[in-house]
Amino acid sequence: MPRKKIAEFSIDYLQVMDEGGVVDQSLMPNISDAQITEFYRYMVLGRVFDEKLFSLQRQGRIGTFPQAKGQEAANLGAIACLKKDDWLVPSYREYAGLLYRGVPLSRFILVFSGDERGNSHPETYRCLPYCIPIGSQLPHAVGIALGMKLKKEKNVALVFMGDGATSEGDFHEALNFAGVFKVPCIFVCQNNQYAISTPISKQTSSQTIAQKGIAYGIPSIKVDGNDIFAVYAAAQEAVSRAREGNGPSLIEAFTYRLCDHTTSDDSKKYRSQEEIAQWEVKNPIARLRKFLESKKIWTEAQEAKLLEECSIKIESAIKEAEDLGIPPLDHMFGYMYQEMDQQLNEQFHYSKKFEGK
Amino acid sequence: MAKLNMVQAINQALRLEMKRNDNIILLGEDVGVDGGVFRVTDGLLQEFGDQRVIDTPLAESVLIGASLGLGMYGFRPVVEIQFSGFIYPGFNQLISHVARLRNRTRGSLSCPIVVRSPYGGGIRALEHHSESMEALFAHIPGLKVVIPSSPSQAKGLLTSSMRDPDPVIFLEPLRLYRAIKEDVPDEDFAIPLGKAKIVQSGKDVTVISYGAMLWVTQKAIAQIGYKYGVELIDLQTIKPLDVETIIASVKKTGRCVIVHEAPRSFGVGAEIVSQINEKALYDLHAPVERVAGFDTIVPYYKNELKYIPSEERIIAAIEKVMEGI
Ligand SMILES: Cc1ncc(C[n+]2csc(CCOP(=O)(O)OP(=O)(O)O)c2C)c(N)n1
Repeated sequence: MPRKKIAEFSIDYLQVMDEGGVVDQSLMPNISDAQITEFYRYMVLGRVFDEKLFSLQRQGRIGTFPQAKGQEAANLGAIACLKKDDWLVPSYREYAGLLYRGVPLSRFILVFSGDERGNSHPETYRCLPYCIPIGSQLPHAVGIALGMKLKKEKNVALVFMGDGATSEGDFHEALNFAGVFKVPCIFVCQNNQYAISTPISKQTSSQTIAQKGIAYGIPSIKVDGNDIFAVYAAAQEAVSRAREGNGPSLIEAFTYRLCDHTTSDDSKKYRSQEEIAQWEVKNPIARLRKFLESKKIWTEAQEAKLLEECSIKIESAIKEAEDLGIPPLDHMFGYMYQEMDQQLNEQFHYSKKFEGK
Repeated sequence: MAKLNMVQAINQALRLEMKRNDNIILLGEDVGVDGGVFRVTDGLLQEFGDQRVIDTPLAESVLIGASLGLGMYGFRPVVEIQFSGFIYPGFNQLISHVARLRNRTRGSLSCPIVVRSPYGGGIRALEHHSESMEALFAHIPGLKVVIPSSPSQAKGLLTSSMRDPDPVIFLEPLRLYRAIKEDVPDEDFAIPLGKAKIVQSGKDVTVISYGAMLWVTQKAIAQIGYKYGVELIDLQTIKPLDVETIIASVKKTGRCVIVHEAPRSFGVGAEIVSQINEKALYDLHAPVERVAGFDTIVPYYKNELKYIPSEERIIAAIEKVMEGI
């Protein structure tokens, strides 16, 4: 009746590029210079956009919104591995990646200025609208992936969450289900180390988030989430695994939110300026720029031009969104069901009497 | 006596009751170090320590389920759900266990917990932060539901909720958190659950409301009060409903308008109409009117105020029951 070890696990940590922008060639994924430059452009666009939305919020032109400053590599690196027919299921801190995917800037402005039209036609980009109830998007991605599998397609579903989401039941149910049915789903946790004020040490006693995937039989890895190449390499591996029919993966992208949780938050309440400063140094955009400059494929002049292009794009998106005005009243009633029932119809007519009052 | 807003009044109620009763513990996401995202629990961690003010992982099911365990183990958990739109992962615990524990153990065990949560619309919030789903909770046999409409009322009702032997869902209209200040007595005091408040007496029409809608209703009444004698009732407790006060008023006035922000159908208004139908039908001079949110998803904020009952809609309803127009 021996007592013996019957299972053993370990978690890999991957970093390809260090904080100085120097890469380990043996780990470097196969990406062209042109593509790397493209990553950089969208990370910068994401950052500039983020800052612009912040100032719009302060001017009262949009409502509460979550910034994603500092997390550009963690989301874009994974999203860059998707093909057109794959599906993307975001949380709410993935602007850089979503912009790279082709989601228009104006959609975010609409949503955060209180206008549902920013969510319409998600099928165009194969990207669902942002998701606020924490962790609740994970089962959706699993279902999409199961659908892909049942239809014998080669597509994959990629879903994002924060570290806090891993405490919700939906996380565990989704991973377990995905593991059992070996669906082509890639779970990416942007571990920015905080769920509002709650640090990761109070969120879980696990040494890593990645190991939670192991519990469900899912290949899992932790990567430097501020290193675009590490995120990309891990996501490539996961996407290939899924496309080949070998099931789901979990990627923990270790990063840091260089901003408040949302425009209503004040992170000074729960973390020090010194801590933020330490993470500024690891900034994913500055790091990639150092790499590009060392390879002599990026110049000061290109940077200036990029920033100008970003501003122009963003200004025109703001105009586009603001020109749309207020959604007509029938939008409130018209999308509840395919057909409006009698009760709703009566309420719609009644509401028209009070419009503008 | 100090002038406090609702956030401060709730904070004070929590603090006084925690001093009075060592078994009260606060649990929730960001309630400790952060003091709650609305700062309702600000300073309580510093005052009572991390054994009584507990920052938890992000998980509403265990928050509510573990509160049941703590509650049967001699504690009085006061749980904060950050927004009522995020209570649903814990809904299973509420409906399957919290509401049933006393009954299924034939009275041996009970669940003296308070679940506090900001609720309702009107602050230009993001999706899922504006709904009024009190009827869901009121529909669950075994739960009590309380909704205050002012700072001192919030203090008195929360104090009673924390002393109640059964589970209470305490919904805090976030639109009122900082909108009004009023004199609140410094010492602890309790407003009994299950009792409505007659805000003003009148002989022509009974108007019933609660929470943030009470203020909109009062503004509406201010505009037409010169025409009709309005009796305004603030429910305070949704469940158990103070049917006695409602019926006595409707028997006197013969007319009634109910105002709530929650969707129109299958809600608190519908229950009140049924009670009137059963107990005062022959005293009515006109059909009872409901002014409510629509049976739709609360729109994102550009159109949010078209969803929430306005003064104009309330006035129109009062005129309709008065004049039949
Ligand atoms: C089910 C649920 N509970 C609570 C909230 C309130 N809330 C919004 S964001 C947040 C923290 C989320 O942290 P994390 O998952 O780490 O993601 P991050 O915001 O850091 O990207 C909380 C508690 C929510 N949106 N949904």
